[in-house]
Amino acid sequence: MNNLSKLQQILDSGQFAVTAEIGPPKHSSAEGIRHHAEMMRDYVDATNITDNQTAIVRMSSIAAGAHVLGCGIEPIVQMTCRDRNRIAMQSDLLGAYSLGMRNVLCLSGDHQKFGNHPMAKNVYDIDSMQLIDNLRRMRDEKVFFSGEAIKESEPQFFIGAVANPFADPFEFRVDRLEKKVNAGAQFIQTQCIFDMERFERFMEMVRERGIDQRVHILAGVTPMKSWKAASYMQNNVSGMIVPNELVERLKNAEDPKREGLDICIEQIKYIKENVKGVHGVHIMAIAWEEVVPEIVEKSGLYPRPKVG
Amino acid sequence: MIVAQQKPIKDIAQMINDCKKVLFVGCAGCVTVCLAGGEKETAVLASAMRIKRILENNPLEAITYTCTRQCDPEYIASLDNQVKDVDAIVSLACGVGVQYLAERFKDKWVVPALDTKFIGGSTVHGVWEEKCGLCGECILHRTGGICPIIRCSKSILNGPCGGSQYGKCEVNKDIDCAWQLIYDRMKALGKLDKLMEIQPPKDWSKSRDGGPRKAIREDVMIDE
Repeated sequence: MNNLSKLQQILDSGQFAVTAEIGPPKHSSAEGIRHHAEMMRDYVDATNITDNQTAIVRMSSIAAGAHVLGCGIEPIVQMTCRDRNRIAMQSDLLGAYSLGMRNVLCLSGDHQKFGNHPMAKNVYDIDSMQLIDNLRRMRDEKVFFSGEAIKESEPQFFIGAVANPFADPFEFRVDRLEKKVNAGAQFIQTQCIFDMERFERFMEMVRERGIDQRVHILAGVTPMKSWKAASYMQNNVSGMIVPNELVERLKNAEDPKREGLDICIEQIKYIKENVKGVHGVHIMAIAWEEVVPEIVEKSGLYPRPKVG
Repeated sequence: MIVAQQKPIKDIAQMINDCKKVLFVGCAGCVTVCLAGGEKETAVLASAMRIKRILENNPLEAITYTCTRQCDPEYIASLDNQVKDVDAIVSLACGVGVQYLAERFKDKWVVPALDTKFIGGSTVHGVWEEKCGLCGECILHRTGGICPIIRCSKSILNGPCGGSQYGKCEVNKDIDCAWQLIYDRMKALGKLDKLMEIQPPKDWSKSRDGGPRKAIREDVMIDE
């Protein structure tokens, strides 16, 4: 059973999965990561380890993943196409697998303009679609991206990808999701959902085409701490849709943090009950990891299933 | 100039094999100078396509026109009357020209006949070499007028690397080591001390890494 991801086993057995996110630090101590991992351990099935998110230099996702794994929680290693060419990607993936990591999430990555090294060169040697396709070939056909045979111990990752129902062109987002599934994506985590109506329209198209039968879709949610944070996302983060009502609700709240958590819990319950084709939830509590256990518990998703 | 080379005939033919009438558009700019897409090359390509299609029992009506430049809206406007009943337009310009045609003729299938290779110049007749990396912030004053961004295979700013031997690059013995050239020239000019300054990491945001670029000259803009 050593080769199977726990997340895969939960999803494949038809249970509603819960994943969260741990952002590695901008320094070289793993203390904070371990703290967050221990806190989340019993409440989530796996945690994403972000890869220099928003192009800000942080501890490597694979190194941070090793610390998380040491705390008994399964990491989902994020790998962006921004910083590595195909040689470095494969090398890092072999290393990650050797350390016991079984889940990879393939993404393009935010442009370096948004980070703390805007003068950096970007790589994008291969894109997220090609990364998915080649990871699948590594596992199923036992070949490197070049086609050369991997003679032994090929990495057998559970392959994840992302989808953003809030980016344009809206209809093509469903095509692109299908393309990722055709390439080999086995689970999908969506961008943070704030516009539930649009997400439901997206899922309707997904179900019409039977894509939800071929891949595990995890709905992305993010608790917000304040109306300012919501307003910032509304105006400054491209590919996000934050309805005004949500900003207003936070603005009028006596305890905005409480309100932010309640909204998130309501969303999870709503999605689980009403949006068919969603197989789990991905909680992105950005720089607010400590609220994850409460969100999971109050959403009725605790205790988590035991596997293996 | 922009240096381009024609794609293989079979590849161009493939792009238009379901078309009955096609307009082949040359460009009198860079691609004329590098003998890839001028008036002559356009006529030759159109003839080759006609012959190929006759042999395949699928005749093609091929008409030709060569613009002064395809990278300028005023020069492609003269195509308006000619594109009306064609099924496709084959551009023999660089990638810029192809895009200008596609943008102007929104309901037409526009395809490229050339591969746009690089910015460079000719060394001897029939040979062109890459010389500029379009990095957006020229450093030739620091490197003796020889560009390491594009002429060094690793774009190294403090070279040469350990693969330079007998004046050649480790990638291919036909490639001169740019840093050998820089060294030789700086030495001859008595400016080797300049090469001792550590060149800092380059600001790639001024290159393509910062996203598609725009150059704006407000002083020459015409108010509508």
